[in-house]
Amino acid sequence: MKTLKRIAQLALGIALIVPSAEKAAAQERVTLLNVSYDPTRELYKDINAAFAREWKRRTGQEVEIKQSHGGSGAQARAVIDGLEADVVTLGLAYDIDEIAQRGKTLPADWQKKLPHNSTPFASTIAFVVRKGNPKHIRDWNDLVREDVQVITPNPKTSGGARWNYLAAWGYALQRNKGSEAAARDFVSRLYRNVPVLDAGARGSTTTFTERGIGDVLIAWENEALLATKQLGPDRYDIIIPSVSILAEPPVAVNEAVAAKHGTTKVARAYLEYLYTDSAQAIGAKHFFRPTGPRSLAKFGGNFAKVPQFTVDQLFGGWAKAQKTHFADNGVFDQVYSVSQK
Amino acid sequence: MTAPSIASDSRVGSTRGRSRGGSGRSVLPGVRLTLGFTIAYLTVLVIVPLSTLFARTARLGWSGFWDAATAPRALAAYTLSVGTSVVAAVVNGVFGLLVAWVLTRYRFTGRAIADALVDLPFALPTAVAGVALTTLYSQNGLIGALFAPHGIKIAFTPLGIAVALTFIGLPFVVRSVQPVLETLPKEIEEAAATLGADRWQTFRRVILPALTPALVAGMSLSFARAIGEYGSVVFISGNMPGRTEIAPLLIMSKLEQYDYGGATAIAVVMLLTSAVILVSAGLIQRRAARRAA
Repeated sequence: MKTLKRIAQLALGIALIVPSAEKAAAQERVTLLNVSYDPTRELYKDINAAFAREWKRRTGQEVEIKQSHGGSGAQARAVIDGLEADVVTLGLAYDIDEIAQRGKTLPADWQKKLPHNSTPFASTIAFVVRKGNPKHIRDWNDLVREDVQVITPNPKTSGGARWNYLAAWGYALQRNKGSEAAARDFVSRLYRNVPVLDAGARGSTTTFTERGIGDVLIAWENEALLATKQLGPDRYDIIIPSVSILAEPPVAVNEAVAAKHGTTKVARAYLEYLYTDSAQAIGAKHFFRPTGPRSLAKFGGNFAKVPQFTVDQLFGGWAKAQKTHFADNGVFDQVYSVSQK
Repeated sequence: MTAPSIASDSRVGSTRGRSRGGSGRSVLPGVRLTLGFTIAYLTVLVIVPLSTLFARTARLGWSGFWDAATAPRALAAYTLSVGTSVVAAVVNGVFGLLVAWVLTRYRFTGRAIADALVDLPFALPTAVAGVALTTLYSQNGLIGALFAPHGIKIAFTPLGIAVALTFIGLPFVVRSVQPVLETLPKEIEEAAATLGADRWQTFRRVILPALTPALVAGMSLSFARAIGEYGSVVFISGNMPGRTEIAPLLIMSKLEQYDYGGATAIAVVMLLTSAVILVSAGLIQRRAARRAA
């Protein structure tokens, strides 16, 4: 009985002390939530550790950055529905546009706030083929050959796969002097060669590598490099086509939430940090292409040179591309009902 | 099986009916508390989320709802989802009954292990199940390779979807039928045999009627689970628009376009379809129970 009483007193004492202790710590410690898409997990793990050291050196404040990863669209919906992200780092601008429009937690012109379309790390669309390239796949036009099977995810469910589709479209458009009809024909022939439309990029990689289905996998360059490194460089080759798209996964401070958390300053510093030499070096290590001429010159040496067009140049921005190509009864749906016949 | 609980329910009802005003107390302890809790619990957990679904759909308006719900692609998806779920439920009905029968009536080495295996589809994350099944049933997989030479493709066809749904639905039938089989006295079968029934007659006339309510319950659970299944199916279905695109996938692709209204329209149709099927299964179940009693 006596011990019980003592325990109770002790518990009460702790309960009184702990909150005040926590409060004191809170002043020198700050937490950020970075809501990101799937393949950046390892990248941001390294970046966060580096930024925390940098921030501590600069301000003396401890910063802990929590990460959340998932499909880009699903992550954006979570933020719209109230996931309290201080910063969002997603797979395509369209998803952040929707947060701006529906969640109203950041301004419509968010993409102008940081350099290079708010894209610190870029990538491009490349091909993964089986070792030795038995089907001699060199460029986009090889993907519409009748003897070639192509693996790419469903652009309706995968944000990443929309870049694949737009890259193919852009190639055909440039090749045929801007003819939309030719581009449409090219893309429908390409999708006729796709035996399985996985729901996401990881599913497609599994289909290609584990099931051995298909002759070529269309993928983001950083994921292609990572996959071949992990699964064995003796099993796959990476082919860079003659022209591709500049894949721009953008970043933004989720202003309203950051203001509420009182983290605006550190959130901005975090995103600006992504453009520094040390962060760009980490990005290159994780196979993301640096952005901006200076970083490119410094860290872009290991990446194959390829002429790249942007969504803004060829498609008039993401909002338009999404509406024209991927909305219900958009070009992809039409192309698909044609390629079925 | 359910007879005693029905009897006690009606007794509770009549007691409360006779003694209004709180003077009389129910025969069963804590009726009001538990009943109140149950209703509150179901409201928070089931009714409120489902009403939100309907409320979201209502924002579309009738014509918007109709367009989204009856688009050719949506119709193809319902047909596929309901069709494969029914196939899976029927297959599970037949083979689940068989498994339950073997597990309760025979004693053999490894029975406990076999019994535990039945629950695995419950415990396995559905994505893992989907990946494993696709590996096995794709053209160059262990099982798929056996069928491929005969021109039968399993993975990335509706057949593959049915296989995945059968897999995840199996425990429902086995676990519903098993306890009833266990309580079914052997003497009844022996009596039937002494009265001159052959084995088939004994099964059809004596055992099956007693099992039907549980069997139907198990099959409807298997169906209900199958119709909403997403995780395992997206891997094996191939997701080809109009051909192997299940309704839940269509919902996901609507959400990717932030078309919440369109997504909920399809969800509402699926919900109503399931409700109709589950209610009719309930009616069959009740009729069978009455006949068996």
